[in-house]
Amino acid sequence: MTDKLTAKDFATSQEVRWCPGCGDYAILKSVQKALAENGADPSNTAFVSGIGCAARFPYYVNTYGFHTIHGRAPAIATGLKLAKPELDVWVVTGDGDSMSIGGNHMMHALRRNVGLKILLFNNEIYGLTKGQFSPTSRIGTKSPSSPKGSVDTPVSPGQFAMGCGARFFARGVDTDKVGMSDVLRQAHAFVGTSLVEIFQNCIVYNEDVFANFTERRNAANTQLHLKHGEPMLFGEDNGSGISFNQDTWSLEVVDASTSPDEVLVHDEGNAIVARMLIDLHLPVALGVIYRQPAVSYEDSFYGHHPSRMERKKSVRDFIKGPSSWTVK
Amino acid sequence: MNKNNDVESIVIRLAGDSGDGIQLMGSQFAVSTALAGADFATFPDYPAEIRAPIGTTFGVSAYQINLGGGPITTPGDAPEVLVAFNPAALKVSLPMLDKGALVVINNDTFTDRNLAKAGYDSDPREDGTLNDYQVVAADISHLNLETVKEFGLSKSEGGRCKNFYALGMLLWMFGRELGPVEEWIKRRLASSPIMRDANVKALHAGHAFGETAELSANLAQINLPTAEMEPGEYRSITGAEALALGIAAAGELADRQVMFCSYPITPASPLLHRLAHLAELGVGTFQAEDEIASICAAIGASYGGMIGVTSSSGPGIALKTEAMGLAVSAELPLVIVNWQRGGPSTGLPTKTEQSDLYQAVYGRNADTPIPVLSASTSGECFDMAIEATRIALRHMTPVILLADGYLSNAAEPWRIPDISHYDPIITNPVPDNDDSAQRKAFTRDPKTHGRAWVTPGMPGLMHRIGGLEKDIESGHISYDPANHQRMTDLRTAKVDAVADFIGEQAIEHGPDSGDLVVVGWGSTYGPIYQATRKTDTSFIHLRHLNPLPRNLGKLLARFDKVLVPEMNDGQLTTLLRASLSVEPVPFNKVTGQPFLIRELVDKIESLRGASS
Repeated sequence: MTDKLTAKDFATSQEVRWCPGCGDYAILKSVQKALAENGADPSNTAFVSGIGCAARFPYYVNTYGFHTIHGRAPAIATGLKLAKPELDVWVVTGDGDSMSIGGNHMMHALRRNVGLKILLFNNEIYGLTKGQFSPTSRIGTKSPSSPKGSVDTPVSPGQFAMGCGARFFARGVDTDKVGMSDVLRQAHAFVGTSLVEIFQNCIVYNEDVFANFTERRNAANTQLHLKHGEPMLFGEDNGSGISFNQDTWSLEVVDASTSPDEVLVHDEGNAIVARMLIDLHLPVALGVIYRQPAVSYEDSFYGHHPSRMERKKSVRDFIKGPSSWTVK
Repeated sequence: MNKNNDVESIVIRLAGDSGDGIQLMGSQFAVSTALAGADFATFPDYPAEIRAPIGTTFGVSAYQINLGGGPITTPGDAPEVLVAFNPAALKVSLPMLDKGALVVINNDTFTDRNLAKAGYDSDPREDGTLNDYQVVAADISHLNLETVKEFGLSKSEGGRCKNFYALGMLLWMFGRELGPVEEWIKRRLASSPIMRDANVKALHAGHAFGETAELSANLAQINLPTAEMEPGEYRSITGAEALALGIAAAGELADRQVMFCSYPITPASPLLHRLAHLAELGVGTFQAEDEIASICAAIGASYGGMIGVTSSSGPGIALKTEAMGLAVSAELPLVIVNWQRGGPSTGLPTKTEQSDLYQAVYGRNADTPIPVLSASTSGECFDMAIEATRIALRHMTPVILLADGYLSNAAEPWRIPDISHYDPIITNPVPDNDDSAQRKAFTRDPKTHGRAWVTPGMPGLMHRIGGLEKDIESGHISYDPANHQRMTDLRTAKVDAVADFIGEQAIEHGPDSGDLVVVGWGSTYGPIYQATRKTDTSFIHLRHLNPLPRNLGKLLARFDKVLVPEMNDGQLTTLLRASLSVEPVPFNKVTGQPFLIRELVDKIESLRGASS
């Protein structure tokens, strides 16, 4: 490419049809910006989605795009990645699409480590079907289908991913441009499945469900931005830190100024700490929580294929079977 | 049966416990039959359990083979030779036999315990049950163990050689060479020399037993003629083998790689296993996490420019339904193979049926037409796989190819085709004009209505596709009422247009007008062929079920009666009645077993008797 592309080059002519004020707008901007910054080639990029508000995403990105059926995007994207391993394949999904109807496909994409960048827009509600509780909704969520409050225990996408053998798990907040830019850059560069959970505000059906940690005025005290190799510090002037309590076998907040040696240094390859970070409530852990690279599924698939999917022989060479005879 | 019989054809049934190696013995006998130049058809008939309890009637595994001068098109109605490895096998198989048949039984298994397990109150060898049959009761287990004693095997290891002992006997009866089977054993058991040598010895000993026993018993050698077959090179082939080769050939003819995505299910899995061995033909096999994922991955591969293929049986096809609609909406090529089995629900997984015709033609939400084809014989699965792919790529549509459990496993001689005689499979080119990428992707051929196959990675052709209704020209999302009507009409016209490319329906044999025509589809081809030959009746066999060939209505109108035999409750009958102005006579059988020739002959004769 001669000219460097900008975020605008990744926008389509289609009118964006999310509700005014929806967190999806901010995510769309961040993704378009990240594609430009990361040097993505639109011809060599495909966005695949399932069903839900988030799934409209591909219509608004000027790359190849496939809006498929509910929950199945990881399966379709896996087939696409196997057919074209050099392609940059993104999956856009929501909490219902990925953790409920499509939970199985998400599980198998993660454990295979297929080279997909999966963006999970988690708003803890079904938006497009008008506000029913979702698999990530908290117990007691009042909705048209749970007027007295939901009774289901919510699933944690992060714990789910770790349980499936995911190799990359990160988190971002829809409106946090800086954090999203960093997370998207790292997810994009990862070889294998990178799963990014994005806390996304549904202003119509679940407004401010994440406000306790996303509100800017208090963000410093409620968000822990993780950086590999750096101490887990947060709060005004990084005055607080995260340490491991050996008595309770859990993470806890400590005063970083009085006990700096107790503050953990983030090691993204540590699965045990990653699981504890995922469960941390305040502050909420953001950024790359876990990264443990391994060979990608498409590399294994082609590596084990006797001719790397090339046609090296003709049907003529196989058609006779183990034995044949001639009739004269 | 007299000594040194000369017969035209003969039906043999081998039956025993699931663990007796019956299927192996049968398939090796089929290969030796093929090499001796006889025509044949086989019918592996086995239980759903992998190793059902020993000695029970529901654990009986059988392999039937019909061989002779031909043309042989069915595994035969009534076995003339039965080899029963235990009382249960005898109990299950005896009702299929005509009086006078030869029954070879393994004496050693006729213990009180086994007789009780098979449900015999008294010993059938002594109570007159076998009076109307010729019986050879040989101590097969015992003779075999004596034979392999020198190898120092355990009793169970030694016992495993007995199918080759029995095969040796059979090969003697039909004057077959031992060489090819011996070579096969040596190849197969190359890594365990003791078992290899023991099995070879058992094979020879069984053959020698045939020669010796002839002196004292009524075990006689049977001379079969070689078949009159078209000159050429032949091999033995099952439907799964032929379909796998056909899919690979389609890839070669289209010069595209094939991505086969499936989830294990009986009786579809043999296709996955076969294709896994054809990798060097540019074929990839992906075992998905479920049926839905398998069709979705195939759609993803088609979106990426490979030929996406998926396969299953009825219950799995049901799960794939929503994704089929996506492929229709996105106008992507896809081949869906359905190996039909007995249903509903889990039904009879290892038994055959052709009851998914409604599912294939009608079984989707909304107006979602898909072309439907069916294969008639094991060998024909090759051509139909190519035809299905050709239609999928030409019209940019999913195509359903119906086969069934019988075809999957049944072997027949197959004249090996020359792939250079097949036309290449052409795909729609990307238009060379100034349209937007979105419009280029949805530019359709006026005759086939197939769109250009624009795939991710093509420079500058970025566009969006999906399951939402789209504008007929620009391909953008559209909720416009008139556009939805046009798109619905387009999808109907596209499938209808397939009929412009498939040629006219031909008559298999018989006059092209008269009092009666028999119309079949799928694996009932064999028995209908024989029954209509025997009764001099016209026979039409359909390979294209949606759309039907253009001339079919006119053709059927020339007959007073149309008889439709099917292994279902009347599905083609309904389809013909709905699509053409005919009122067929249904003849339905849903026992999990193929039609017998004589059942069809009786039906044809009763219809003709009634009309005269």
